[in-house]
Amino acid sequence: MTHDHHGHGHDGHHPEAPSDVEARVLALESLLIEKGLLKSSDVDEVISAFEHDIGPMIGAKVVARAWVDPAYRERLLRSGSEAVRELGFDYPASTQLVVLENKPGVHNAIVCTLCSCYPWPVLGLPPVWYKSAPYRSRMVSEPRAVLEEFGLRLPAGVAVNVWDSSSDLRYMVLPERPEGAEGWTEEQLAAIVTRDCMIGVAQPKVTENAAAR
Amino acid sequence: MKKIDRQVADTHGLPRKNGELVFQAPWQGRAFGLAVVLNEKGAYPWDEFRAGLVEEIAKGEPEYYESWLNALESLLLDRALVTRDEVERRAAEYKSLERDPVF
Repeated sequence: MTHDHHGHGHDGHHPEAPSDVEARVLALESLLIEKGLLKSSDVDEVISAFEHDIGPMIGAKVVARAWVDPAYRERLLRSGSEAVRELGFDYPASTQLVVLENKPGVHNAIVCTLCSCYPWPVLGLPPVWYKSAPYRSRMVSEPRAVLEEFGLRLPAGVAVNVWDSSSDLRYMVLPERPEGAEGWTEEQLAAIVTRDCMIGVAQPKVTENAAAR
Repeated sequence: MKKIDRQVADTHGLPRKNGELVFQAPWQGRAFGLAVVLNEKGAYPWDEFRAGLVEEIAKGEPEYYESWLNALESLLLDRALVTRDEVERRAAEYKSLERDPVF
């Protein structure tokens, strides 16, 4: 069993001081929670009800294109941010997107051990568990156990690489195209690429629903 | 799945793409969610928040969700749900990393 933790040292890494607006939002939310006026999960619920997964949709389209177009795949692995822009989506210049390729024998997953850095331009807002202390620490100390809790059991011969995100370097996983999805259109393929697949806690599954699209 | 409040969805100027709400950064989603949840819990009627938002937008803040955050903060201060002092102190704790800035 291998487990490589590709950090980049803890100097240079987060937590970086939040901007003024970020600090004000954090202040308001934490005070309102302390006063019993709301719960963090109430806010999460509202956001996901209103935001129709615009974020993960971008990541899914990028993955689907990489599956059908080997030249695009190469460009994506060389410069994630550039390749996302190539499809007509915005990617902020302030951070760099690095796309991690899953292949036979290698599985990648992302985490932010110190805070909650997340490739939100391609995946939308992070899920609650991604920001939780247990995920942030256990994904590094016992990734296989965490992946199993997500229902992902990897054969012993598969190396698990966990990548620690930072404010200027964000990661996204490029999952392997599953068997049984031969001849599918990009749209059909994008439909099976979930947010969790691109975080690396799940693998795309071929469903009859997606095949019938 | 939670039901969407039409009144909120029709709020002036909400940034959208293909008809769907977009947040350009996590803090914008949080600011949006806070205002909506407090309204749902009866802390204020939506019209009151909206009026404040329109006023803030008129001041010409370049970014929509900054106006949104200003409107929310003023409303919470007016209704004495938070005090300026505690908000400033708490925000400073986040800025200085005394508190973990996790979104």
